[in-house]
Amino acid sequence: MNLSPDNIIYWQMGFFKLNATIVFTWGLMLVLVLGSKMITRKLSTGLQRSRWQNLLEIIVTGINKQIEEVGLKHPQKYLGFLGTLFLFVAMASLFTIVPGYEPPTGSLSTTAALAICVFVAVPMFGIEESGVGGYLRGYLKPTIIMLPFNIISEISRTLALAVRLFGNMMSGTMILAILLTITPFVFPIIMSALGLLTGMVQAYIFSILATVYIAAATRVRTTKPEVEPEEATEDKTGSVSKL
Amino acid sequence: MLIDWFTVIAQVLNFLILVWLLKRFLYQPILAAIDAREQDIAAKIADADAKETEAEKQREVYQQKNEAFDQQRKTHMNEVLKGAKAERAQLLDATRQEAEDLRGRLEQALRNEQRSLDEEISRSTREEVFAIARKTLSDLAGTSLEQRMTEIFLDRLRELNTAQITELKSAFKKSSDTLRVRTAFKLSADQRAAIETVIGEMLGKEKAVAFDIVPGLVSGIEISSDGRKIAWSIADYLGSLAKRVDDLLKNKSETEGAAPADSTATPVKDVDNSGH
Repeated sequence: MNLSPDNIIYWQMGFFKLNATIVFTWGLMLVLVLGSKMITRKLSTGLQRSRWQNLLEIIVTGINKQIEEVGLKHPQKYLGFLGTLFLFVAMASLFTIVPGYEPPTGSLSTTAALAICVFVAVPMFGIEESGVGGYLRGYLKPTIIMLPFNIISEISRTLALAVRLFGNMMSGTMILAILLTITPFVFPIIMSALGLLTGMVQAYIFSILATVYIAAATRVRTTKPEVEPEEATEDKTGSVSKL
Repeated sequence: MLIDWFTVIAQVLNFLILVWLLKRFLYQPILAAIDAREQDIAAKIADADAKETEAEKQREVYQQKNEAFDQQRKTHMNEVLKGAKAERAQLLDATRQEAEDLRGRLEQALRNEQRSLDEEISRSTREEVFAIARKTLSDLAGTSLEQRMTEIFLDRLRELNTAQITELKSAFKKSSDTLRVRTAFKLSADQRAAIETVIGEMLGKEKAVAFDIVPGLVSGIEISSDGRKIAWSIADYLGSLAKRVDDLLKNKSETEGAAPADSTATPVKDVDNSGH
């Protein structure tokens, strides 16, 4: 039995190979992009709109609101990255209800790739917000002694992101597989439902952690007196978005 | 080894491509649609606000118009009421005037009727009195009323004093006309002769005497010439009788307790006494 879909290789030529992780990722990408394209092809700007459009609007505005609540001032700037993280992980676990499907997030390579993306994106957004110097000074706070610990924390949290998601997704699939061999009826269905819930929770955790990291990076320079007015504006924008 | 580095690189690329694709096909269109809708709603709300403001303005305008109309109506009403009051006063004056005219005419008619009634009473009383006197005289003394009248007249002539006779004489002598004896009734030949004799004794016999019958004398007898006259008639008694009857009727209407038998008897008695 395979511990990771990486081991299911369909095609290989030297370093290049086509394993189940990549194939199912492409499948998910296809579904996401085609679905979005089909629904957004006929968008209505009036009060009357289709159910699918409503669904997408709920998802998009929900993600937007979450990002904003974490404390990022311009959620639309981060919506592409964080929203895609959430949607990809959530769809990956949602499709576990399809027989024969292997979730790409059950592969440590995929979760590592996602964690690396977050690892790169955090300083990128931070530098974009406060400049290279400003961002790097954040590692020296509160004192220079904290520099190594800050670097360790940066690396370890990335590692934790990758392993957490991988462990949860892999274990879900693994438990299901084991249970299927022991009790082939009813019980795997319950576990499958539980696995769906876990997958959704993991998707939420993964994306919300990435958001928190980015928020922390972009607010590195922020001094205390400026916090209150920022919160005030956040409240205002929050109430606007609720409207 | 759990991590396959080729897969990691491929997945990183896959993820970046997915980010770009979803940005292109999901987030941007959806957010654009939401923004468009919000703008649309904001525009509609603004439009509604503008319309509400406009409606409020219109409402104020109409309210002012209504108030002006009410004021105008009140003014018109007052004018009409004033006009009606004036018209009413005018009509009342006219009616009052008419009523007064009518009352005047009515009073006039009443007065006329009263007068004719008085005349009627006077006439019938006279006839009654004469009838009674005539009957009484013929029953008691066997003589006629006319006879008795003539005698009384002659007695008067005889009773005249010297000064009066002289005055009468001079008056009658001046006039060239005949001496006229007017009576309300026809005199018999004896009576005429008696009168002529008495006149001749008193005034001399040179004057001719003529006899006329005048019913207006009211059962009397008179001698006249050149503005002078000697007369006896019942007219005076009748006048006093009428006056007494009037007074009596007035008293009766004022005090409704007098005995009617006594009051009617009294004037007849008086007349009778005065006649003698």
